[in-house]
Amino acid sequence: MAHHDHISASHDAHAHGEGMDKKRIWSVFFVLLALTALEFLIALGFVHHWAILHKGPLVTTIYIILTLVKAYYIVAFFMHLKFEKSSFIVTCSIVFLFIIYFIVLMLIEGDYLLHHFQEHPLYPNK
Amino acid sequence: MSTTTVSQLDKVKTGPWNGGRSPWNLEYGKIMMWFFLVSDAFTFSAFLIYYGSQKFAQPTWIDADKVFQSIPGIADSGQPLVFVGIMTFILIMSSVTMVLAVEAGHRNSKHEVVKWMLWTILGGLMFVGCQALEWSHLHHQGFWFGSNPATGLTDPAAIAAALEPYFTKEISYTAALQFSNLFFTITGFHGFHVSIGILLNIIILSMTLNNTFERRGTYLMVEKVGLYWHFVDLVWVFVFTFFYLI
Repeated sequence: MAHHDHISASHDAHAHGEGMDKKRIWSVFFVLLALTALEFLIALGFVHHWAILHKGPLVTTIYIILTLVKAYYIVAFFMHLKFEKSSFIVTCSIVFLFIIYFIVLMLIEGDYLLHHFQEHPLYPNK
Repeated sequence: MSTTTVSQLDKVKTGPWNGGRSPWNLEYGKIMMWFFLVSDAFTFSAFLIYYGSQKFAQPTWIDADKVFQSIPGIADSGQPLVFVGIMTFILIMSSVTMVLAVEAGHRNSKHEVVKWMLWTILGGLMFVGCQALEWSHLHHQGFWFGSNPATGLTDPAAIAAALEPYFTKEISYTAALQFSNLFFTITGFHGFHVSIGILLNIIILSMTLNNTFERRGTYLMVEKVGLYWHFVDLVWVFVFTFFYLI
C-alpha cells in the first residue's frame, strides 16, 4: 500500500509538472471543435451546398487527415500519452503498424473481389 | 583487458529496465487499461477495415447524405449530418468534462470530481439516447441487421424503387444490405462501449461519493476510467468519418 502510494504520488507530481491544466484542456477542446467544424464546412458547405468539391479521393484524403489529427489530440492530451515515458508511447503505438498493413491488405482484397467475384445484379440492370 | 571486461559485467546496472524501479512510472492498472484499449482498438479496426474492404468490393455504395438526413422530432429529411454533428459535439464535450474530472482528481478536490463526473454521465446518456433515436428512425425505414428497405421484394423494379432514395450512383441490393449490417454492428458495438462507460462512470461517481478515493489518497481510478471514456470518443471520431462523411 505504501509502495502504491509512493508511485501514484510521484506520478501526480509528474502530471502536475507538464500535464493538463484547465487552460490546456480547453485549448485542446477548441482544437477538436475547430477540426470538427472544418469537416462540417467541407461536407455541408463545399460538397453538399455549394458543390465546389465532390466526394472522391481528394475529399476522402482530407477527411482522413483531419480524423488522424483529431485522434492525435485525443490520445496525446486527453489520454495523456504524450506525457508518459517514451518507451510506453512506443509500446502502445508501434503495434498499429500491423493495422496499417491490414488496411492495405484488405483494400487490395476488396478491389480484387470487385473485379472477379461481382455476380450480384445491380438495379436497374443496364 | 579481460579484468576490465569482467568488472564492467559485474557492475550493477542502473538503467530503467535493470530492476528495482518502475520503468514506465505508471501504476499497474493503468498500464493494463492501456493494453486493453490497444486490443479493443484492434477489434474496432477490424470492423472498420472490413467496412472499407466491402466498399472497395462493391461496384456502388449507399450515399450517407441520403441515409442520414433526419433530425428526430424536428425534420424528417433534408438535413444531412446535422444530427450526427450534435452527437459528435455531445461526445467531445463529455470527453472534456471527463478530463476535467481527472484534473480535479489530481488536486484531490472531491466536490469538483463529483460535478464533472455527473456532467460526463449526462453526456454519455444523451449520446446513447441520440443513437437510439437514430437507430429507430433507420429501423422504421427498413434498415436492420440482415435487412434493408427492399428486403422481401422480388420484382427488380420494386427493389430499385425501394432503394432509389438512398443511392446517388447505381443501385445495389447487396451494397445496401452490407451497409445496413455493418452500420448496426459497428455503431452497436460502439454504443455498447458507451453504455459500459456510463456504467463505469456511475461506479466511479458512487466510489467518489463514498470517499473511497479520499481514503486511498489518490483519484487514480478516475484516470483509468477516463482513459476508457476517451477511447470511446476516439472510436467515434473514426466511425463518424467513415460512416457519415465519406
